[in-house]
Amino acid sequence: MNIQAKLKVDPRDGKLAMAHFYVFIVALAIGGLAGLLQTFVRSGKFELPFGIGYYQLLTLHGVVLALVMTTFFIMGFLHAVVSKTAGTYTNRQRTLAWISFALLTIGTIMAAIMILLNEASVLYTFYAPLQAHAVFYIGLTLVVVGSWVGSAAVFMKYGEWRKANPGQSSPLLTFMAVITLMMWDIATIGVATTVLFQILPWSLGLVETINVGLSRTLFWYFGHPLVYFWLLPAYMVWYAIIPKIIGGKIFSDSLARLSFVLLLFFSIPVGLHHQLVEPGIDPAWKFIQVILTFLVVIPSLMTAFSLFATFESYGRSKGAKGLFGWFKKLPWGDARFTIPFIGMLGFIPGGAGGIVNASHQMNQLVHNTIWITGHFHMTVAFAVILTFYGVAYWLIPHLTGRILTKKMNKLAMIQGITWTIGMLFMSSSMHIQGLLGGPRRSAFSEYGGAAQAAEWIPYQIAQAVGGSILFISIILMVYVFINLAFFAPKGEQEFPVGEVAKGAEKTPLVFDNWKLWLGISAILIVFAYTLPLIDLIQNAPPGSKGFKLW
Amino acid sequence: MHMHKFEKIWLIFGFGALLVFLTVIGVSAFYLGNQPPSCLATIDPEKVDTTAPFNEPGLKKVEGKEWDYELVFVASAFSYSPARVEVPLGAKVKVIATSKDVMHGFQAAGTNVNMMLEPGYISEVVTTFKNPGEFLIVCNEYCGVGHHMMHSMIEVVE
Amino acid sequence: MAKTELNRKIDTETEVEDSTNLNGTLASVMILGAILIITWVGLYMLFLSR
Repeated sequence: MNIQAKLKVDPRDGKLAMAHFYVFIVALAIGGLAGLLQTFVRSGKFELPFGIGYYQLLTLHGVVLALVMTTFFIMGFLHAVVSKTAGTYTNRQRTLAWISFALLTIGTIMAAIMILLNEASVLYTFYAPLQAHAVFYIGLTLVVVGSWVGSAAVFMKYGEWRKANPGQSSPLLTFMAVITLMMWDIATIGVATTVLFQILPWSLGLVETINVGLSRTLFWYFGHPLVYFWLLPAYMVWYAIIPKIIGGKIFSDSLARLSFVLLLFFSIPVGLHHQLVEPGIDPAWKFIQVILTFLVVIPSLMTAFSLFATFESYGRSKGAKGLFGWFKKLPWGDARFTIPFIGMLGFIPGGAGGIVNASHQMNQLVHNTIWITGHFHMTVAFAVILTFYGVAYWLIPHLTGRILTKKMNKLAMIQGITWTIGMLFMSSSMHIQGLLGGPRRSAFSEYGGAAQAAEWIPYQIAQAVGGSILFISIILMVYVFINLAFFAPKGEQEFPVGEVAKGAEKTPLVFDNWKLWLGISAILIVFAYTLPLIDLIQNAPPGSKGFKLW
Repeated sequence: MHMHKFEKIWLIFGFGALLVFLTVIGVSAFYLGNQPPSCLATIDPEKVDTTAPFNEPGLKKVEGKEWDYELVFVASAFSYSPARVEVPLGAKVKVIATSKDVMHGFQAAGTNVNMMLEPGYISEVVTTFKNPGEFLIVCNEYCGVGHHMMHSMIEVVE
Repeated sequence: MAKTELNRKIDTETEVEDSTNLNGTLASVMILGAILIITWVGLYMLFLSR
């Protein structure tokens, strides 16, 4: 029973995953509303009521979407995937996962209350020396600790599977879940360190000043892998679930694992590329991390090839002719495929922009302009989120014992396409405005009547149009979610798990050699970070007192 | 582990393109000196106003250096000093800036002058203003409730 | 002689796999590559012009 993946996720594990997804949908609605209002404010035609601050709203948007919505969806998805492919959780594992859920939820509520009380308008990056209420930091710490506990459940299941199946290669999706969480756990050490040892003592008044440069560097040690924590679950879907949905095969199990291992190596020792125009860090170290950042492109290039190859092989097996004939054979009417596919396409401009951002001195062109906002809305809020929507369409009914009806599938298509149109509007106008110098994270301003600032306003109006279309899509998504969770007809919705082609070569066992992967990962991190960190500590300027400037 | 020959071609091509990008920016940075702003000098953020050169913000002609002018800015929530400055067209200028309180950004829109100001550190960048006109300086790092009101202006004149 | 036989066998196996028609895939990724290069070169030009 353990070897063959079970047909259905055990209802007890299903309940666990669903709990995460309820928080996901609430977070999506709240964070989306905050985003809509921000685009309205920045259009210059609207002011916030009830004394709500723009930056308070922006903090809410960032924390609720970038940290809460993503983490809840990902943890719920990973629990479901591991339970399905490595076997039902033991009671102990499930209890751990529930403790994780509780910690995540309590932490979220603590942070949210502080934001609503306007005690924490420091944005989700919470750069010192802006100083929020200690409870805000404690809340975010609980979110991180909660995710650690949740990953422990996954690691235990994986270990149990390995023991029960000696000499066998682990299920692909479970393997990928383990990599994703390993990467996350290693990365969150950075943010946990700065919060526990620097920010908390300082915000509680135990110490007077903080080393700002060190705190930022520890934050970004976490901040870049954070975006890979969003991306890897999407890659899991693209590599190992989409092939099954279209009726094709996984192009190569080994190459999929190889790309995940490379992502583990190169998504962490690269955080300095967020600090390229910052003082206090030697440009040679910046450039070393730029090189490492470029290496993380390689597994994405592999991914692109694998996906096209899966699609082409499938189309040709259906008799497609010519160079691109296979494209027409894909199941375009199926929202479970089409919506994530649009996401994949969005990752092309997303990735292209990412290479520009990471190009050392070229970062001066775009750093902290709204181009960056456009970039990560193209990657996470488009490529990744469309993929998550695509998962929700089948996973929610699978877990609640319902089905995605033809009618709901159609609505899901409309929902995803609405999102696409809205995001294209918003993200492209952000990209252009950014190149014209428009800053990110700023309320509406005419900057003293400057001519350049006047040029930005039409793009800000376009962002409000895009934001409005996106919000319509969120309303549709909430409707689809509620239908699939509570009202859709009872039935068996398939949990698609991709298979490799018959006669495909056996996956080498080396992939389950964690000592090797973690060892290499540790070496790369130590290499990339030791000297810059020593520099920031030894040559530190006088520390900074806390400021509350909102 | 077998890899399709097209995938090998693709990865060699992709790796090659990345290598070219890295070489171009690497040569430009390390050989031609176009590094991103990475000044390592520190300062006491509470004594900025009494520390040279920040005790006299503004444009100053200098002699015997690689650049013709030094343009000093002091940032604090929510303004820059000076609030407006004229710079001669084509002059090679070293922009020197720091923050008195929290993190600030310093970007002259439409130019490559874009750097973080961090309390305790001095930020520097050398640039040549090639085009005449007004260039708005904006704070592009969130610094508080007046973040979007924080700006200055460089006017490049003939 | 047996050795040669063995080598030839491996070669044909590889060829069979490589003969999977992935022309469309190669064309697609090359278009992707072109997008990456055009974006980067375009922005590098903008960087130089400023």
